[in-house]
Amino acid sequence: MRFAFDDQQRDFAAATRDLLDGVCDPAAVRDGWTNATGHSADRWRQLAAMGIVGLTVPEAHGGLGMTEVDWVLVMEESGRVALPEPLVETVAVAAPMLAEFAPPELAAEWLPRIADGTAIVAVQHQGKPFVVSGGYADLLLLASGNEMHAVPRADVRIVSEQVSVDGARRIVEVDWHKRPATLIAGGEEGYRCINASFDRGALGTAAQLLGLTDRMLTMTVAYVKEREQFGGPIGSFQAVKHHLADALLALEFARPVVYRAAYSLAIGSPDRSRDVSMAKAYASDAATHVAAVALQCHGAIAYTVEYDLHLFMKRAWALAASWGDATWHRQRVAMSVLGPPPSPGSGKASNLSATTSTEVAPLGETLA
Amino acid sequence: MDLTWSDTEDTFRAECRTWLEANVPAEPLRSGDTAEGFAAHLEWERRLHAERWAVVSWPEEFGGRGASLWEWLIFEEEYYRAGAPQRVTQNGIFLLAPTIFDFGTPEQRARFLPRMAAAEDLWCQGWSEPNAGSDLANVRSKAVRDERAGGWRLTGQKTWTTRGAFCTHLFGLFRTDPASDRHKGLTYFLVPLDTPGVSVRGFGRLDGDEGFAEVFLEDAFVPDDLVLGEVNGGWGVAMSTTGSERGLTLRSPGRFMAAAARLVDLYQRYGNGADPSLREAVTQAWMDAEAYQLYTLADVTAMVDGSAIGARSSLNKVWWSELDVRLHEAALGLLGPRGELIDGSPGAVDGGAWMKGYEFALAGPIYAGTNEIQRNVIAERVLGLPRGAR
Repeated sequence: MRFAFDDQQRDFAAATRDLLDGVCDPAAVRDGWTNATGHSADRWRQLAAMGIVGLTVPEAHGGLGMTEVDWVLVMEESGRVALPEPLVETVAVAAPMLAEFAPPELAAEWLPRIADGTAIVAVQHQGKPFVVSGGYADLLLLASGNEMHAVPRADVRIVSEQVSVDGARRIVEVDWHKRPATLIAGGEEGYRCINASFDRGALGTAAQLLGLTDRMLTMTVAYVKEREQFGGPIGSFQAVKHHLADALLALEFARPVVYRAAYSLAIGSPDRSRDVSMAKAYASDAATHVAAVALQCHGAIAYTVEYDLHLFMKRAWALAASWGDATWHRQRVAMSVLGPPPSPGSGKASNLSATTSTEVAPLGETLA
Repeated sequence: MDLTWSDTEDTFRAECRTWLEANVPAEPLRSGDTAEGFAAHLEWERRLHAERWAVVSWPEEFGGRGASLWEWLIFEEEYYRAGAPQRVTQNGIFLLAPTIFDFGTPEQRARFLPRMAAAEDLWCQGWSEPNAGSDLANVRSKAVRDERAGGWRLTGQKTWTTRGAFCTHLFGLFRTDPASDRHKGLTYFLVPLDTPGVSVRGFGRLDGDEGFAEVFLEDAFVPDDLVLGEVNGGWGVAMSTTGSERGLTLRSPGRFMAAAARLVDLYQRYGNGADPSLREAVTQAWMDAEAYQLYTLADVTAMVDGSAIGARSSLNKVWWSELDVRLHEAALGLLGPRGELIDGSPGAVDGGAWMKGYEFALAGPIYAGTNEIQRNVIAERVLGLPRGAR
C-alpha cells in the first residue's frame, strides 16, 4: 500500500507549474477571452516541447506513453492557471482513444501530430450539443450514437458560436457527416470507447477543478491576511476563518478521491467508473463551494471583472457542469453502490436513463 | 502509487477476520455506558487481550503485536466490519497510551501500559471542568506541592468524564503554579480514582446511559511518580493526546466504512418508496466514509515517509464527526416513523440502534475539541491566518 505519487510524477508536475506560471498568468487568460481564436498556438507549442501535450501518446508515435496516474497532477496544474486550451480533451481523452480504438492508419495519422503539438483536439461527448474549442481545434472527435468519429476541422461546418460565461471557453455547434474513413469505433467497441473516453474526460476535468479550487483558496487566504477592517486583518475573524476551514476541508478530501480514480483507470479496475464519478462529484462540489466562499470572503472587490478571481470562478462553474455534474455522478455512484432506484409505483427497478439528469453520458459496463 | 495490500497484510487481515468471526458475541452487548453493559464489555476486552488483539500496534512487551500502522488500519476495518463491541478501554489505549509512550518514564510505561492493555486499569479523561471546556487552558483545578510527602495535593472538579463512574484511573491537567495563567503552569497527572479525597458521581447522557461523570477532588494526594512529563509542562503533553484523539487513533476509517455498509443494507430493506433525496443522502454518506478511508491512506503513507500529521488532524476530526451525523440522519430518514423508536419498543428496527447511534454521533462535533475550535485550528495553523478574538 502506497498512496502517493513518485518523485518523477511530482517533479513533472512541478516543472509543468513553472512553465504554466510563465506562459499562462492571469493576463494570458484574459487574452484568451479577447483574442481572435481563443487560444495561444505559441503556448501550445511550448507545452508540446516539454512533453506535456504528448504525455499519453504511445512512445512509438513520439509521445511518453504515460497513464492517468502520471497526468493527473499535470491536469491539476493546468486547472490552477485556468489554461484556455483543451488539454483534457487532447491529452486525457483523444490520444488514449486514438491509440486504443482507432484503426492503425488513423492513429498513425494523428498521434504523432498530437505529440509534436501540431494537432489540437476537441471532443464532443455523447449527447452533448456543443464542442468546446471546436472552432480552432485541428481535429474533432465526434459522437454519433455508439460511434466515435475523427473529423478534421475542414470537414465540419460551424453552425453557431456560443458565448460562455467563461470567455476563454470557445464553444461551437457543428454539423458534420460521418464517413467510413472517419470511424474510430462503432458497435460494442464504440460503446466501450465512449465509456472509457467519458471516464478519462471526467477525471481530467476533476483534476482541473482541484487546481482551480486550490488557486481560489490560495488567493482568498492571501487576501484576508492583508485586508483590514475594524482595525485588523479580516482573516483574524472567526466567521471568515470558518468559511476558509470548510473550503480547505472540501479541497483536501476531494484530492485523494481524484487521485484514487486516476489509479483505478490506470490499472483498469472494475470499479473505475464508480471511482471516477466519486472524483467528479467531490471535485465539482468543492470547486463550486470554494468559488462561493472565495467571492464572499473577498467581498465587493471580487465582484468585478477587474479582479482576477472571476477568471477562475467562472471556469470552475463551467467545468463543474461539464462531463457530468455532481448530481449526475452521485447517481452513477448510487447505481453501483445501491443498485437501480425503485421505479415509482411498479416496485420494479428502472435504469438511470430514466432520471431527470440532462447528462446523457453512457454508463460504464460495470453499471450496465 | 500502489493501492493493494501485501501478502503479509492479507494474511494478517485473514487472521483478524477468522478470530473475530469466531469470537465476536452473536448478540450485541448492552451499552458499555451502563454499569451492566460495562461489565460485559470488560469481559470482552479481557478476551481480546488474552489473544493479543487488544492493542495490536503496541510492542509485544506491553501486550501488543508490534503491528504496523497499515496493519492497525486493517485490524480496525475488520473489527468494525465484524460488528465487534465498542471499546470501553479506548480513552486509555488510544488517548493516554500514545502520551505515555512519548512522555512516560520507563517505570511508568512498565507500570501502566500492560495493565491498561489487559483492561485491569481503566482510564478516563480529566480535561473538562465547569469553566474549562473549549477553553481548556482555563483549567482551575489545582495541585499544591507537598514537599514532605513527595507529591501533590489535588483539589478541584472535572466533568463530562466519559465512563468515569466505571473507571479506576483518571488522567488530566491540574494547575501546579498558582501564579500562572492559561497554558503555563499546568501539569499532567495520573490519578487513581480510589485515592482518598476523590469522589465520582455518574449522570445520564443524552441517550440516558450513565456514561458521564463528574469527579471531585479534595486535597487528594498524588505522589511524584504519577506526574507525566515535566511539572508545569502539562500543556504540551496534553496536546499530544488531543492530537491522537482528533486524528487517526480515536476514529479510524473502518468504523465509518462499517456504518456506511450498514446504511446501504438499511437502504436495501427500507429504501423502496423512499424519496430520491434520501437515495442521494445515503450515497453521499457512503462516499464520505470512502473519502475518509482514502484520505487516511494518503496520510498514513506520509507518516510512513516520516511526516507528522500535526494540526491537520483537525481536518480529520471535522470530517469524521460531521459525516457520522449525516450518515445517521440518512438512516433515520429511511426509517421514517420508526426512526424515533428506541430499544425496548416492539416496532424498533435493529433494536433502535440508529437513533442511539444518532445521539452518539451528535456528540462527535463537541467532544475532542468542538468543531468550532477545530476550524480555528485549521484556519490558524494550516492556512496560517492570524489569531484573533474568539
